[in-house]
Amino acid sequence: MSDAAHNSLVAHQFDDARQQQEAATVGMWTFLITEIMFFGGLILAYMIYRNQFAESFHAASRVLDVWVGCFNTCVLLVSSLTMALGVRAAQMGDRKKLVLFIIATMIFGAAFLGVKAYEYAEKFEHHLVPGPTFHFHGVPGHEHAPNAEIFFSLYFAMTGVHALHMIVGLGLMTWLLRKSIKGTFSKDYYNPVEICGLYWHFVDIVWIFLYPLLYLIDRS
Amino acid sequence: MDTTSTVERVSATGIISDTIRTNFLNADYGIKSWLLTKDHKRIAILYLISITVFFMIGGAFAAMIRMELITPEADVFTSEAYNKVFTTHGIMMVFFFLIPSIPATLGNFLVPVMVGARDLAFPRINLLSWYIYVIGGLFTLTALVLGGVDTGWTFYTPYSSTYSNGYVMLTGIGIFITGFSSILTGLNFIVTVHKMRAPGLGWFRLPLFVWANYAASLIMVLGTPVVAIGIVMIALERGLGLGIFDPRLGGDPVLFQHIFWFYSHPAVYIMILPGMGVVSEIMACFSRRHIFGYKFIAFSSLGIAIIGFLVWGHHMFVSGQSSYAGIVFSLFTFIVAVPSAIKVFNWTATMHKGRIVYSTPMMYALGFIGLFLVGGLTGLFCASLGVDIHIHDTYFIVAHFHYVMVGGSVMAYLGGIHFWWPKMTGRMYPEGWGRFSALLVFVGFNLTFFPQFIAGYLGMPRRYHVYPPEFQIYNVLSSGGALVLGIGFMIPLIYLFWSLKYGEKAGPNPWRAAGLEWETTSPPPTFNFDYQPVVDHEPYNYSEIDARSSATVSTHSVQEEQHV
Ligand SMILES: [Cu+2]
Repeated sequence: MSDAAHNSLVAHQFDDARQQQEAATVGMWTFLITEIMFFGGLILAYMIYRNQFAESFHAASRVLDVWVGCFNTCVLLVSSLTMALGVRAAQMGDRKKLVLFIIATMIFGAAFLGVKAYEYAEKFEHHLVPGPTFHFHGVPGHEHAPNAEIFFSLYFAMTGVHALHMIVGLGLMTWLLRKSIKGTFSKDYYNPVEICGLYWHFVDIVWIFLYPLLYLIDRS
Repeated sequence: MDTTSTVERVSATGIISDTIRTNFLNADYGIKSWLLTKDHKRIAILYLISITVFFMIGGAFAAMIRMELITPEADVFTSEAYNKVFTTHGIMMVFFFLIPSIPATLGNFLVPVMVGARDLAFPRINLLSWYIYVIGGLFTLTALVLGGVDTGWTFYTPYSSTYSNGYVMLTGIGIFITGFSSILTGLNFIVTVHKMRAPGLGWFRLPLFVWANYAASLIMVLGTPVVAIGIVMIALERGLGLGIFDPRLGGDPVLFQHIFWFYSHPAVYIMILPGMGVVSEIMACFSRRHIFGYKFIAFSSLGIAIIGFLVWGHHMFVSGQSSYAGIVFSLFTFIVAVPSAIKVFNWTATMHKGRIVYSTPMMYALGFIGLFLVGGLTGLFCASLGVDIHIHDTYFIVAHFHYVMVGGSVMAYLGGIHFWWPKMTGRMYPEGWGRFSALLVFVGFNLTFFPQFIAGYLGMPRRYHVYPPEFQIYNVLSSGGALVLGIGFMIPLIYLFWSLKYGEKAGPNPWRAAGLEWETTSPPPTFNFDYQPVVDHEPYNYSEIDARSSATVSTHSVQEEQHV
């Protein structure tokens, strides 16, 4: 079907670029709703157990390094900023800036994962990973923590699933980077940058919830 | 648009053009043109073939169950093997047949055509969803070959997370992966319905089949991720030793049941809603009437999808959940029956004073209404707190959900396959054989599952292969019925294959049905229409169609002989 209105950037099933862009945006939002439900299951488990084992959760939460978490939160927020600037650059058709901002986003994303890996390693050293080697005797002022293992199980499940989403995000960024170096994107066609940006911001927002839920529950 | 099309538009009266024209089937040959296709119609066929394979595997395991249960003693299987057999039957049928059945085959084929689009919004994601489905299926089959899994399709913890010796991980991974195929299909439908409708096709001109698939898509998108994370939590517990449901650490195994049923109850509506959509189409066409209460049917689909998310606790009345929660879940379960009943009333009203044609699709649709009615009403027994304590985990429950899932979904699926077979393949199936097997399925089904209501009510528990001898009569009846049912399923498989080569040529609209899909050729061209369809009338305008065609002479004899 060779339609005059169809240029190479509009897929055959769409009438025009506008319909294509709207469809992609609705599609990504629908996917993000799916993601909310996915994390929702974990957050439900967290809510129930925190309510049930408040003491253990408070004690276990104190072991996490609030400043490392804070640093990582900042890193991720900055990556969201560079992502937003990247989308802006794509809209303006500024290829050089777009490439630059995507690379910056990737660096910050990788830095987040690096810090996360360091935190995981530390947990292994201190026998805070659930399983046969786990032992936790509380922190000063919070010695009674019989259910701390559940907290750490949820800690690893939640941050692990989040980290997996970061890795997928980095994959998307690599794909965007290749395309933007090739010059695929222009003022008229920047939709992929936009929807990958949506995904990136979403993963960022998930962390904004995870950070207080895991690190900040007993820091008065 | 392309105005130099080789063949003129064929009129809706059923005159068959003899010119061989390019359609989506003969557009390209070779295995690669199928495995790398982005055409929603070809992907629908790929799905059709693969779900049929899984249906046959699930059916084989059903046969094993019925064989074992003929006598009260253990004849064929050990207890452990029997556990694996019914688990495999459940997993294959639920996750690999029922959930994708109508949406991924008929929905995939028809939704874009019905909205007048060239394809779904994301054809590549559509193909991806099929590959994901197949890969998930292969994981599960691998687990089966290696030794199977014995947890039941429900994977209750802590048995699944700690004690079971079966291949829980591998099966879980398979189901997790397959879940994404369903999410992607739902996502594609939602975007397509929102953004790709043809000019003039407002929401209230959409066929009810599209409404039903849209509602089912909402459940796929909102529910599937929740069971996915539940499976992830089991995998983390089994594989890495994290303990989220582990009672030893203070974890709550019932939490898993909540997460599981939050999806798996609405999943029943993923199976039944598209079936209801099929029935609405068939009912209007073969009653030759405008569907009664269009808006009621459309909104009741959405109502079912929404309220369906609030009833999951009815699976857990005896699991130790709070009795207040039980009351609320029971209440909502009664409420969710209302929109289903609205549909049944509207279908009945559609038939009232209609000129009913007892074609094969109509027989399946009528069978659907009868069986779904029994399944739905016995559902109210199960939803009553007091009664459920008596019938919980008995064959009464087994009979109830088979009436809904097989009597409902599978009947609608077969009806839909017959109704749109001429559109999909360009060939008619043999009508006589069609009616005969529809009757056989109906009789066989009732013979299989009605005795289970009685056995269950008298106390026969599910999931046991050794039972007190007084239940034998019901089990013998049931196994005999299963044989009839199995034959009823095999016959269409044979004649549908046969019809691909020898079936009568169908023409664009053999049923003189309303809807955009009947305006294009059979089978449709790759981009569905040779022109941009524009909708300027209400749906189900059967009185207009019949008034128009009574003026002209129909050359197609199939309908003539069907007028009873
Ligand atoms: Cu239910």
